[in-house]
Amino acid sequence: MAVPPLLALRGVSKHFGAVQALADVDLTIRAGEVVALMGDNGAGKSTLVKVIAGVSLADRGVVEWQGEPVHVRRPRDATDLGIATVYQDLALCDNLDVVGNLFLGREIRRIGILDEVEMERRTRDLLSTLAIRIPNVRVPVAALSGGQRQTVAIARSLLGDPRVVLLDEPTASLGVQQTAQVLDLVERMRDHGLGVLLISHNMGDVKAVADLAAVLRLGRNNGLFDVNTTSHEQIIASITGATGDAVTRRTPRPGEAER
Amino acid sequence: MSGRRIDLKGHAETVRHRMSSGEFGSVPVVLGLLLIWVIFQSLNSNFLSPRNLSNLSVDIVGTGLIAVGIVFVLLVGEIDLSVGSVSGFGAVVFAVLNVQNGMAEWLAVIVAVLCGTAIGLVQGFFFARVGVPAFVVTLAGLLGWSGLMLYLLGTSGTVNLDDEGLVATLTSHYFGNVAVAYGVAALGTAVYFLASYRDRRHRRATGMPCRSLAEIALRTGVVGLIVFGAAYVLNQFRGLPLALLIFLVVVAGLDLLLRRTPYGRRVYAVGGGAEAARRVGVNIVRVRISVFAVSASMAVVGGLFLASRITSASQTSGTGLLLLNAIAAAVIGGVSLFGGHGTTWSAFLGILVIQSIASGMALLGIQAAVQFMITGGVLLAAVVVDSLVRQAQKAHGRA
Ligand SMILES: Nc1ncnc2c1ncn2[C@@H]1O[C@H](COP(=O)(O)OP(=O)(O)O)[C@@H](O)[C@H]1O
Ligand SMILES: [Mg+2]
Repeated sequence: MAVPPLLALRGVSKHFGAVQALADVDLTIRAGEVVALMGDNGAGKSTLVKVIAGVSLADRGVVEWQGEPVHVRRPRDATDLGIATVYQDLALCDNLDVVGNLFLGREIRRIGILDEVEMERRTRDLLSTLAIRIPNVRVPVAALSGGQRQTVAIARSLLGDPRVVLLDEPTASLGVQQTAQVLDLVERMRDHGLGVLLISHNMGDVKAVADLAAVLRLGRNNGLFDVNTTSHEQIIASITGATGDAVTRRTPRPGEAER
Repeated sequence: MSGRRIDLKGHAETVRHRMSSGEFGSVPVVLGLLLIWVIFQSLNSNFLSPRNLSNLSVDIVGTGLIAVGIVFVLLVGEIDLSVGSVSGFGAVVFAVLNVQNGMAEWLAVIVAVLCGTAIGLVQGFFFARVGVPAFVVTLAGLLGWSGLMLYLLGTSGTVNLDDEGLVATLTSHYFGNVAVAYGVAALGTAVYFLASYRDRRHRRATGMPCRSLAEIALRTGVVGLIVFGAAYVLNQFRGLPLALLIFLVVVAGLDLLLRRTPYGRRVYAVGGGAEAARRVGVNIVRVRISVFAVSASMAVVGGLFLASRITSASQTSGTGLLLLNAIAAAVIGGVSLFGGHGTTWSAFLGILVIQSIASGMALLGIQAAVQFMITGGVLLAAVVVDSLVRQAQKAHGRA
């Protein structure tokens, strides 16, 4: 209790013209905890991530880092605090290899020349720490599978030793096996003591790795659930805005409807 | 045992991916070049004579230097249509300053090249900052700079350069001493070997996979064979041409810049994913402006070599097929029009192909009309290969 959460948002609001994308949103992320951020399309999840990452500015609200209010105005501010972001559209350079992508913008150099050997060594170290299997770190990432590209994007975000990682729908376009790859990686990040915010549409993913599920609906908080003790239906009801009863009645799941 | 199998599999995969990603873009063009040489040699036994090859090696330099500059622009996925005009303009600036106004040659050369740099910065600014498509900006440049060139020339349609001067020497000087060509060949081979060997030692020390000594020896052997063969042939005529030496040094130097420095890495990154580059803090506006500056500067340098070859600058400087040949050279050599793939060596190989066709046709007394059609066909083939490779790769990447 004495330890303040790594990241806390209070009353964050943001509008685009007439659209209230976020309204008085609260959110807390602790070390060693995976928080799933759920919500329908357009609920404001990506907007919230961009606010935390400093890509766009909130109209109102407070961001606290380890209990202290901070101002995140640029992506650099977030990175400096220790917040890493993996965006929904993976931002990788298709023509560069894994090493090139990981170190893009922070290349290691010796007398002005790229130190490829050192960058490759650190890449291998990082990938093996995270048990990420990429057959060859020197192939252009265009040649990798969707799951591998996603793990590369996540690995890149971990290179700067962040404390909190924001993942915007990392499994949205992946098959079953590749999704499992990414979820395994999320679990390892939690085991390494990182705070993870995982945006997902998929109840299965959330049930598998998340500790808490925070639901956004039309830009507002619409419930915070302990994933281990809450039923699918309750969370889905909160996402769709239907009452818990209606949903439970429509899709009865014996043994899980006790709450 | 199983580790080794995985390694082999990994290696095969790398080769396959490199093939499909255009990193082996040089294999088809080298094969094409050999084919062209065999065909012309069988039609006219003078084609591979030391004299013809030596002339060829000087003829490629002017257009080749321009093509090397264009590679930078193509790498970020853009195009520069102004390089022909800029090369002519640069040559005329030099000629007017040096011949008509008596400025020292070295100073006039520097001023001309800086004019090119300034032109590139302006064009790059309009493209990257103002947001005008590069095609349009440089098309305006194509007209504008040749207009300015004609204005500078005024009533004097042609300015003859000093036959003995610095710029004339660029393409007229040969190192007659056979030791120079062999020395350069030995140096090139040694640098290649040492770089590979050091890389291997460094990788072994950190426990990473590395090339075997046998592979390094084999590669060095191939490199040595090519460069010593070239040195031998050149020594049969007048020795190593200064122009060729400069061209090779520039190509190798800019290759180092593109592939071994953070700046070059950013050029490739902007071509392969501008948004990705922007998000990690790459200043993509600055990178985009810089490639146009390189392109226009190299255009002037190439223009000076072209002027040197005919010891004059005139109203026809930088006109005709120059622009198309320079772009075609880069593309034939394996630079992707879609950005992100290719090296300065691509431009070197591509201009060799184009100039070989031109030289062979001239030897055979075939009209320019046929030569245009053949070069056009080669260019089309290169672009088609590029498009197919990109499409296959996209399909693969999304899978
Ligand atoms: N840059 C923008 N300009 C205008 N409206 C936006 C912008 N970004 C998001 N929105 C709007 O804000 C709302 C929330 O969007 P978003 O955060 O992307 O939702 P989610 O990621 O939960 O699907 C949507 O109504 C969307 O149309
Ligand atoms: Mg979204």
